[in-house]
Amino acid sequence: MKFLKDKILEFRPQFEKGGKYEKFHTVFDGFSTFLFTPDHVTHGGTHIKAGIDLKRTMFFVVIAMVPALLFGMYNVGHQHFISNGEFLGYGEGLIDKLIYGAIKVLPVVVVSYGVGLGIEFFIASKKGHAINEGFLVSGLLIPLVMPPAIPLWMVAVATAFAVIFAKEVFGGTGMNILNVALTARVFLFFAYPTFMSGDTVWIAEKADAYSGATALANSIAGSPGYSISDMMLGFIPGSVGETSKIAILIGAAFLVITGIGSWKIMLSVLMGAAFMGLVFNGLALNEFMQVPFYYHFLMGGLVFGAVFMATDPVTAAQTERGKWYYGFLIGLMAVMIRVFNPAYPEGIMLAILFGNVMAPLIDYFVVQANIKRRRLVRA
Amino acid sequence: MSAVETKVQEAKPLLSKKDRALLVDPLSDNNPITIQVLGICSALAVTTQLKPTMVMAISVMAVVVLSNFVVSLIRNLIPSRIRIIVQLTIISILVILVDQLLQAYVYDVSKQLSVFVGLIITNCIVMGRLEAFAMANKPGPSILDAIGNSAGYAWIILAVAFARELFGSGKLFGFQVIPDAFYEMGYVNNGLMLIPAGALFVIAIIIWIQRSINQKFEEA
Repeated sequence: MKFLKDKILEFRPQFEKGGKYEKFHTVFDGFSTFLFTPDHVTHGGTHIKAGIDLKRTMFFVVIAMVPALLFGMYNVGHQHFISNGEFLGYGEGLIDKLIYGAIKVLPVVVVSYGVGLGIEFFIASKKGHAINEGFLVSGLLIPLVMPPAIPLWMVAVATAFAVIFAKEVFGGTGMNILNVALTARVFLFFAYPTFMSGDTVWIAEKADAYSGATALANSIAGSPGYSISDMMLGFIPGSVGETSKIAILIGAAFLVITGIGSWKIMLSVLMGAAFMGLVFNGLALNEFMQVPFYYHFLMGGLVFGAVFMATDPVTAAQTERGKWYYGFLIGLMAVMIRVFNPAYPEGIMLAILFGNVMAPLIDYFVVQANIKRRRLVRA
Repeated sequence: MSAVETKVQEAKPLLSKKDRALLVDPLSDNNPITIQVLGICSALAVTTQLKPTMVMAISVMAVVVLSNFVVSLIRNLIPSRIRIIVQLTIISILVILVDQLLQAYVYDVSKQLSVFVGLIITNCIVMGRLEAFAMANKPGPSILDAIGNSAGYAWIILAVAFARELFGSGKLFGFQVIPDAFYEMGYVNNGLMLIPAGALFVIAIIIWIQRSINQKFEEA
């Protein structure tokens, strides 16, 4: 480590203004501050004091996603082998399953980071500002919300689209209105629907005779078709990172303890979903409405979205009271979209994007209500 | 290019500088779609394929040019209180004529365009040119202004349709241009291009490119 740091300090003058590699200053700065805590400090009035900068914050979120990623890799392998009638037990052929899953998932991670960071580096050096680390999280979120059988070029196109249209045109990290990873997913969902929905995409290279329908697709007929424990632990077909609720909750606990993810948003999304689920249970007009409300947490990406995507500090509501409304709205919409429109089974994706758009409005009304209340007190 | 133009002007100025501006300005610097952001609705609705888009562009051009001409002719006879209703009547007559012609000669395209031919009446570009130009100018310049604006509208929707048909269905004017070998390698047509939301992205990209070339920005 000492050696690396010395090297960085040795090369730094060449990358600074007037140096030989001035053009690559942003790239150099990005890497060096990624490896070591930067030695520059804030000048002038400081209002927020924190030990971690944006890079460490983002890295904590990446750590929180690791359990979901590892389980996702195992599950990709597990689903592939059981569809072919091999290694039916959870523990059997563990290494084979992990290796198979890694072969399927890691290229998606590499493509997503490669394309996203490439665009980010290019724009940063063109505009001459520092490289922002926002993509560290998005780059790992994108593979986690993809079906295992997604072609790599589609991942590349979607990532490029999301980084350019959801982030860079709005001014880069911290300025985006929509969640970048979800924009990539929604782009694929509308551009290449046959690769993002249906029964064939959720298991990589599955045998034809085996039904690969997700719990959500099965629920249209009234029952998820998988046991509660399988759905909780994650041994079901689905997007890579969304299946295991346990792995996601470990990540959620990490985010809440470190204070990075907002527990208010996570909780209120679940409350909104439960409320809407209960309303549907009460109405019970069709089979899907009769599915018990708690199943909605176990199916699809609702929990994953609530923990990793709705809590995105840039696109979520900023006011503390607003976070409750924001989360509740997302949960409510997610279940509503699922049940009302079986063509869009993954309601949480559209619901979070809807919540992202509504977040500034929610904040505005919260702030206005506060102003009004204080005026009345004074009067 | 400029050398040729100056020669023409020396010989016999076909169009005065002002007239040229009427024709050329709306193509880029003052484009009705990308700068004034008018007529977006039809730019989203009819641009999935090039052929109907072409017919639409010609229809709009006919309506804009003829209505500008007619309104400009009778501009001094129209009482200003009821000018909108008079303009609307003229536009409606022309749109109905165009619609009937399309139904008679290109029935399949007319069916594809469905209500959007009738909706030319509500296209802001038509009313906009009447209000902004024809009501205050002579028939000659009015026709030039109409041609310029409708050509500005036409090339944008044709560009959008080009991108949408190419990426959305791999065709141009109904002929497949993306080779089968691509599809065998795993290429898939982009479904986003077939829904109106896709057209918004294409228009946004055109506006982006145009403004970075023109270096003209309007900040609110």
